[in-house]
Amino acid sequence: MSKKHKALNFADKDILKDALKESFRKLNIKVQLQNQVMFIVYLGSIFTSVLSVMSLFGAYEENFFFVFSISLILWFTVLFANFAEAIAEGRAKAQANSLKDLKKTTDAFKVVAGEDLSLGDKVKTEKIDSDLLQVNDLVLVKAGEIIPCDGEIIIGMASVNESAITGESAPVIRGAGCDFNSVTGGTTLLSDFLIIRANCEKGKSFIDKMINMVESASRRKTPNEIALTILLLSLTIVFIMVTAAMLPFSEFAVKFNENGHIVSYSVLIALLVCLIPTTIGGLLSAIGVAGMGRLLNANVIAKSGRAVEAAGDVDVLLLDKTGTITYGNRQASEFYPDIGVSKTDLARSALLASLVDDTPEGRSIVTLANKMGIHEELNNDFTFIPFSAQTKMSGVNIKGRQIRKGSPETMTKYLETLDVFVSKAMMRTVNEVASHGSTPLLVVDDNKLMGIVELKDIVKAGIKEQFAKLRVMGIKTVMITGDNPLTAAAIAAEAGVDDFLAEATPESKLNTIVKYQKEGHLVAMTGDGTNDAPALAQADVAVAMNSGTQAAKESSNMVDLDSSPTKLIDIVHIGKQMLITRGSLTTFSIANDVAKYFAIIPAAFATTYPELNVLNVMGLASPSSALLSAVIFNALIIIALIPLALRGVTYKPMSAKTLLIKNICIYGLGGIITPFIGIKLIDMLISIIL
Amino acid sequence: MQNAFLVLAVFMLVLTLLVKPVGLYMAPICKGSAPILFKSFDKKLMRLLGLENCSQTWSEYAGSLVCFNILGLIVLYLMQRFQAYLPLNPEGLGAVDSYTAFNTAISFVTNTNWQSYGGESTMGYFVQMAGLALQNFLSAATGIAVAFVLMRSLVAKQQVLLGNFFSDVVRISLYILLPLAFAYAIFLVSQGCIQNFSSYIDASTLSGVQQTIPMGPVASQEAIKMLGTNGGGFFNANSAHPFENPTDLSNFSQCLAIFVISAALCYTFGVIVNDSRQGWTIYIAMAIIFVTCASLMIVFESAQSPYLLDAGAAPDFYNTEGKEARFPLGQSALFSTVTTSASCGAVNNMHDSLNPLSGMLTMLLMQIGEVVFGGVGSGFYGIFIFIFLAVFISSLMIGRTPEYLGKKLTPAQMKLIAIAVLCTPFLVLAATAIACLFDFNLDSLNNTAAHGFSEYLYAFSSAANNNGSAFAGLNANTPFFNIATGLCMFFGRFIVIICILGCAGAIAKQKIIPSSSGTLPTFGLFFSFLIAGTVILIGALTFLPALALGPVVEHIEVFFN
Repeated sequence: MSKKHKALNFADKDILKDALKESFRKLNIKVQLQNQVMFIVYLGSIFTSVLSVMSLFGAYEENFFFVFSISLILWFTVLFANFAEAIAEGRAKAQANSLKDLKKTTDAFKVVAGEDLSLGDKVKTEKIDSDLLQVNDLVLVKAGEIIPCDGEIIIGMASVNESAITGESAPVIRGAGCDFNSVTGGTTLLSDFLIIRANCEKGKSFIDKMINMVESASRRKTPNEIALTILLLSLTIVFIMVTAAMLPFSEFAVKFNENGHIVSYSVLIALLVCLIPTTIGGLLSAIGVAGMGRLLNANVIAKSGRAVEAAGDVDVLLLDKTGTITYGNRQASEFYPDIGVSKTDLARSALLASLVDDTPEGRSIVTLANKMGIHEELNNDFTFIPFSAQTKMSGVNIKGRQIRKGSPETMTKYLETLDVFVSKAMMRTVNEVASHGSTPLLVVDDNKLMGIVELKDIVKAGIKEQFAKLRVMGIKTVMITGDNPLTAAAIAAEAGVDDFLAEATPESKLNTIVKYQKEGHLVAMTGDGTNDAPALAQADVAVAMNSGTQAAKESSNMVDLDSSPTKLIDIVHIGKQMLITRGSLTTFSIANDVAKYFAIIPAAFATTYPELNVLNVMGLASPSSALLSAVIFNALIIIALIPLALRGVTYKPMSAKTLLIKNICIYGLGGIITPFIGIKLIDMLISIIL
Repeated sequence: MQNAFLVLAVFMLVLTLLVKPVGLYMAPICKGSAPILFKSFDKKLMRLLGLENCSQTWSEYAGSLVCFNILGLIVLYLMQRFQAYLPLNPEGLGAVDSYTAFNTAISFVTNTNWQSYGGESTMGYFVQMAGLALQNFLSAATGIAVAFVLMRSLVAKQQVLLGNFFSDVVRISLYILLPLAFAYAIFLVSQGCIQNFSSYIDASTLSGVQQTIPMGPVASQEAIKMLGTNGGGFFNANSAHPFENPTDLSNFSQCLAIFVISAALCYTFGVIVNDSRQGWTIYIAMAIIFVTCASLMIVFESAQSPYLLDAGAAPDFYNTEGKEARFPLGQSALFSTVTTSASCGAVNNMHDSLNPLSGMLTMLLMQIGEVVFGGVGSGFYGIFIFIFLAVFISSLMIGRTPEYLGKKLTPAQMKLIAIAVLCTPFLVLAATAIACLFDFNLDSLNNTAAHGFSEYLYAFSSAANNNGSAFAGLNANTPFFNIATGLCMFFGRFIVIICILGCAGAIAKQKIIPSSSGTLPTFGLFFSFLIAGTVILIGALTFLPALALGPVVEHIEVFFN
């Protein structure tokens, strides 16, 4: 997760101040009606307030101080729940705002209007933000630069690294007038230069949409939130029935025992508020908003809460090979000398050919040779032959000595012109290297074939462990790559993914997703190219790279500002964490009721059935202090759990069963025990004060 | 007390052994065919009845079920009202009073068998056999049919058709209930149950008192009364009567008969979903609650009532008040727990005389919705309400949106589950509250204060949850109780059934999501405890205040003062 911007503190002063104000503003009945559980508390507060005023003027026979205290605590319960929601919203908003500054943009060199394009890469340009590019603007891109937008090539021919989109690590040739004359934003130009006509405008801000979403008023409830609300509502109705029935029950008991009095309205309302699931009811929307906030913290913008929830359920991850599983650039891993050539000689020639080659492949050859203890230096008397789309080879000329390196096809043709033929043994090695999923590079020193350099896609360190963890969580990983099946299989085996899709095309990606969905899986994928759009739209959780095209962003439900392909794993984590927090606090809330009964039942019927004091296992001081302690505990627990709701329950990947047992122990058993202690402590405090 | 626990242990052992064969036998019927023995017969029968290939959607199924049952209700009502004109009525019993007939009709159609009348003094043989016993079969078959629909829905892949109600009822009655009842009736006759159409016998006892001894086709009715968890006794004394329950062995076998179909349905479920662990998990969850309650019952009942001690009873004896002297503690405690765990409601001792905490156990077992084995079928679909709740919360706790056997629990299902879970507590609490409000009901009470309150609470817990047993202290044959319990029985039965069928309809439409190590494992001992915990927690939270005002107060008064 990115830690680039200031981590927001729970106790950030401004947020707290705003949240306090907001909690009073949320007392508006329209806002309260959205949360049915807390609305009951709200009604209870109003009702007990009326009762306390009545008792002050003698219109209602109950101790004024007691009724007043109850009503006060109930108002606080409502305010605490409002506060929880307000602070979650405040934090998420602050995070969203801080992201605005962070949004990554690339520089674009816009061709100044009226320039003569035949000047090629010498045209006059002005440097602007890529977001400001308009459709039909002309842009000059030079070797080594990132192409700032999707577009059509007007002038030039060049090799482009499109691995970020296609997953294929070998560069592709793009040029004006070719079949392939369009380029995609976010890809890198490796050689030559291009002049491109932009054909798609860069984005309107998703962040504004996100800010709207974190305001719970405009946030639509997710299906799971709705289902949970139904459960909480039915529990609330059960407890309304239970408390309502206690009135006639108590009347019946009083009639026969001829002592004591019927349980009072204020006690019934106190009991009701204690029993209904206010803890989860008060924190539910805060949990949802905080989940979005945590995504923002990871520099991911979710376009709907539904997607965050689905992320918790995802069980198939489609991961691009390039960038996620491998570093994306082929690196030299081995030298295979030709017969009669020593390995050192081959390495030396390769090294000389690569010393000034600053492509990643070239640099990796230097690194590999250096590792073997071979060092060479070039004096001033040399010419570098860079890779170009025409020659398809690169190398160096040192005082007439010509060293070249290139793909087997190119180099075989080159050798033919020199009347040199590649031996059968060498051809076998070439095929062998290719069958490992690597790319062979032939090195020719003057007229002599020296041997082969193996360029290999290097699997990222630690990725195998990541996949193993995902497997424990029940998530299947599928590698997507443009490589041939052979290469793909080799890398898949090395990285430990469960499955792979080789020679991926937009259609085959889409079909793979549909196939998994038909089997009932929930599929997540990342993408950035326009050709990813159909697959992104089909996936249940689709994360577009911010560096990607507008079409990709439009069809996905999350945008990753860091454009990091491993982000998907973080997103799944956050989705799960949000569901776990919801479930755990629900369990906690229901389990709390056991202790509350033991506090309230003996107190409520103290006058009719004093013998029920046997149930007062906590040894609470008096009926009224027992009732007050239970209601106070009920209010305070909301405040106490706000940090947990915002932070989310700690979650480490483990099997479902272990996780369940762990959480049931903490939040189920803990939920039964905690209030016994809490209520007792509050009761002790109250009895000291009174 | 040791002997009592031994009885319980043997009981559980025999029950567990019976579960697999009976469960396997029922599986093909759930799949919509017949056991091998009846296969060719079934084919002809279904063709004859025109029931081939007419699978119904959930709403058509629910419609057929409710209409069929209401029709049965009307017929049974009329039979009672016109009893005087019906055959096989040697005692010439007259028309049953309209409130009682209304109550009885609902009672037998809903598998409750709440009886506000005395059998031998009210119902002739024809009404008993063609009316009451017929409904004993049909109501049991209805319950099992609903359970089958639920099972099918969980393995259905995006379907809307769930089977045909009528073919289900016919198959369940003919291939499950009838053969079992026939065999069991023969066994009961061997134990000494009577089976005749004679007039009542006048006899003079040893002490010279003239006595009328009622006769009748008892054994045939007794068998289905137990197997179908109906519980409506031929005689007023129910299974405490020597003609209904003659020996220790018949008593033990009756307990088994009450549980056997309900318990075996768990195994059938395992067969249907192709994973017997799922079925055993539910069986064990039920068994955990049952064994706990039965053990507590034995412990509570082993203490002699302080009132009897005051009257000079031997202190080293168990609570003998209201118990049939023929049956020892184990047989009585077992019967009481079994009959209230399952929604049977037959009794071999008077629950009104149980020690207060034992009485509370019987009430609690009913109040949690009759899901500890429960009524045939109804216990199975009833516990699913709690399984869904447990799955819902525990799925969230592992970071998944809730799913059971690859079926997601969406708002559509949760709404229906919520109504089902609210339905019976609402009926019990509301009806008890209303009973408390009207002073004319006090005439019905044998006792006052806490025990009187328990009598109300027991009556409505029994009715709304379709148990049918009673705290004998209450005279329920009044217009108020006949109507109130009648409505409780009707709504408690059919609202839950409609919710379950709707839920099954919604489930069947979904696709099945393959499970992985990230999905909630819904099998194993831990999950059994989780189901049992959910049942107890929800039940306790709903009824604790009411129970505190009844049996808990009474227990403290009786044993601590």
